[in-house]
Amino acid sequence: MSTIEARKITKRFGDFTAVKDADLSVAAGEVVCLLGPSGCGKTTTLRMIAGLERVTAGDIIIAGKRMNELPPEKRDIAMVFQFYALYPALSVGENIAMPLHYEKLAKPDRDRRVKKVAEILHLTDVLDRMPGQVSEGEKQRIAVARAIVRDPNCFLFDEPLSRLDVELRHSMRGQIKEVLSGLSKATVIVTHDQLEALTMADRIAIMRDGVIEQIGTPHQVFTKPNNVFVASFIGTPQMNLVKGRLEGVAGAKATIQFGGERVELEVNPAVSKLKPSQVTLGIRPRAFTPIGQGARDTIIAHAELIEPMGAETLVHARTPDNSDIRVVVPRDVKFKIGEKLHLRADPSQTHIFGEDGKAVRG
Amino acid sequence: MADATSIWERLGFRKASGVGEAGWGHTLLTAIISLIYFLPVLLIIITSFKLQTEALAVPPRFFPTSFFGLIPEQWVFTPTLENFTSVFSRAYTTGGAVESTGFDRFFFNSIFIAGTSVLLALVIGTLAAYGFSRYALKGNDTYLFIILTTRMLPAIVVIIPIILMFRVTGLAGSYIGIILLYTAFNLPFTIWMMKSFFDELSPDVEDAARIDGSSEVKVFFKICLPQVLAGLAATFVFGLILTWNEFLFALLLTGVDTRTVPVAMNQAVAGGGIGVLWGLLAAIETLFLIPVFLVTFFLQNHLLRGVTFGTVKR
Repeated sequence: MSTIEARKITKRFGDFTAVKDADLSVAAGEVVCLLGPSGCGKTTTLRMIAGLERVTAGDIIIAGKRMNELPPEKRDIAMVFQFYALYPALSVGENIAMPLHYEKLAKPDRDRRVKKVAEILHLTDVLDRMPGQVSEGEKQRIAVARAIVRDPNCFLFDEPLSRLDVELRHSMRGQIKEVLSGLSKATVIVTHDQLEALTMADRIAIMRDGVIEQIGTPHQVFTKPNNVFVASFIGTPQMNLVKGRLEGVAGAKATIQFGGERVELEVNPAVSKLKPSQVTLGIRPRAFTPIGQGARDTIIAHAELIEPMGAETLVHARTPDNSDIRVVVPRDVKFKIGEKLHLRADPSQTHIFGEDGKAVRG
Repeated sequence: MADATSIWERLGFRKASGVGEAGWGHTLLTAIISLIYFLPVLLIIITSFKLQTEALAVPPRFFPTSFFGLIPEQWVFTPTLENFTSVFSRAYTTGGAVESTGFDRFFFNSIFIAGTSVLLALVIGTLAAYGFSRYALKGNDTYLFIILTTRMLPAIVVIIPIILMFRVTGLAGSYIGIILLYTAFNLPFTIWMMKSFFDELSPDVEDAARIDGSSEVKVFFKICLPQVLAGLAATFVFGLILTWNEFLFALLLTGVDTRTVPVAMNQAVAGGGIGVLWGLLAAIETLFLIPVFLVTFFLQNHLLRGVTFGTVKR
């Protein structure tokens, strides 16, 4: 079975801990994206799975076998590198054939396999060229072709699309997803682009400073972020995170004070367990509805900058306590700069994070 | 109103901002400067075709032909191949048989010794450089620095201990001795050069090869080495030129059978008591130029890429 399991893997470079106690398991046919800002340890995690870095602690289990001590060439994996890492001295066809040396195939069989993947990835015309003579998009496809030409234990992708321009990225995203869906292998994709992660992954692992902050389906990490970091990292425009003071909870309504204003918001029952304390309120820009007049559950803000985005309009507004709030409204809702907004938040999309930054949830 | 094309542009100079083929002006200027640099070599080559009297003539005679009377007679000399034949054999004016000067042997020695030692240094140095580049030891820079210190002194400083070492080990005058010495002499340069080429390579490519099932040996030979061919060519040529022209060690450490051309050249023209035989000297030098010239010529495309390697961010 093609599976990957990382058990409490840790990587230290001298005093610096790049990855700390990361747990990750990828089932056969599942695509997991490691998502995080640069330097968060996601590439190091991938390289440990590949065997290019040794784990300082923990276990790497691929296809049910512990692989900690095995060098990469013995792990039977395929990896696509960020800069493609094509072999400059070999032709495109030889590049794709390289992994086939694993299986001691006869030359006609090898050529047949190369031809087959070249057809899938539309590379038939460039097989005789050198890597220096093909376009950026073709290089990317060659790298993918080289990975899928064999039947490895698993696939690893390191920022596979980061070097492509926007248009190519869109089409390649679709192509890679399509190719992967036909192979039923455990796949790990490293990316810093949340759109890539949200569209390609079955599950997303969000990393920060070497720690996996949350693992879940794209839907889960978007709708139920575990903490302030995940909440701020996933979703564009960014989720609004406003600091305030929880004064009390009565029934399903919490009274929160910020900027001298008191707001009563409908929250989930778990919040009632909190004592009065500092909290962070998280509301997505699209969860606001502007209403005509103030009410007990509305937040007041003044429009400062209006950015039409086509179908919708992004309004940057400022609350009385000087917090910025981003609000996305339909195109036909018009505001003027300086206008006072009364914003009502959708209770099901209102997140409360405690003093420790963790989500308070039932 | 300023004219759009200046006189310089009409002469062929392009505007500084333009990138393209050089105009006639630039080409001419470059040709003149190149000629000035080439002049000493040219004089040697011309002199090799002159008899002693013409070689010493003042003003110097530059032209092998008068170009149908175009060049005044006092600048023209009569070309002869006599110098070249007397490089390899000589006949005494007093009579007697023609005897060999041994220069065929010396040329073989030069080619054999320089070629072998530079290739040997290239093999050892490339492996060492790959090691230094990929498998950093603790204090890696210190080792590299120590390797270079052997080249920080002029050769003459270390010549006495080396002569003693050669005496004791019986290596003096043998091929193996001088080849080993030149190999050691070329190694620091080779290691430093090749390390910088290996450092430039993307480590991702090697990682990819490992993941694709290549052993370390295969990574080195199939992936890394083909990428540094330009570097190998450049290092080979520079090493060859240095070794080819080396005089001091060759003078003191080669024997009669293993003598190289620079040493033999010195001895061939200095003796005799009738002054320096300029024509003969020039003929030896002209012949001496040819091998290095040919190697450099055939490797020049690689050479240029090698020398400029890493100076442009890809």
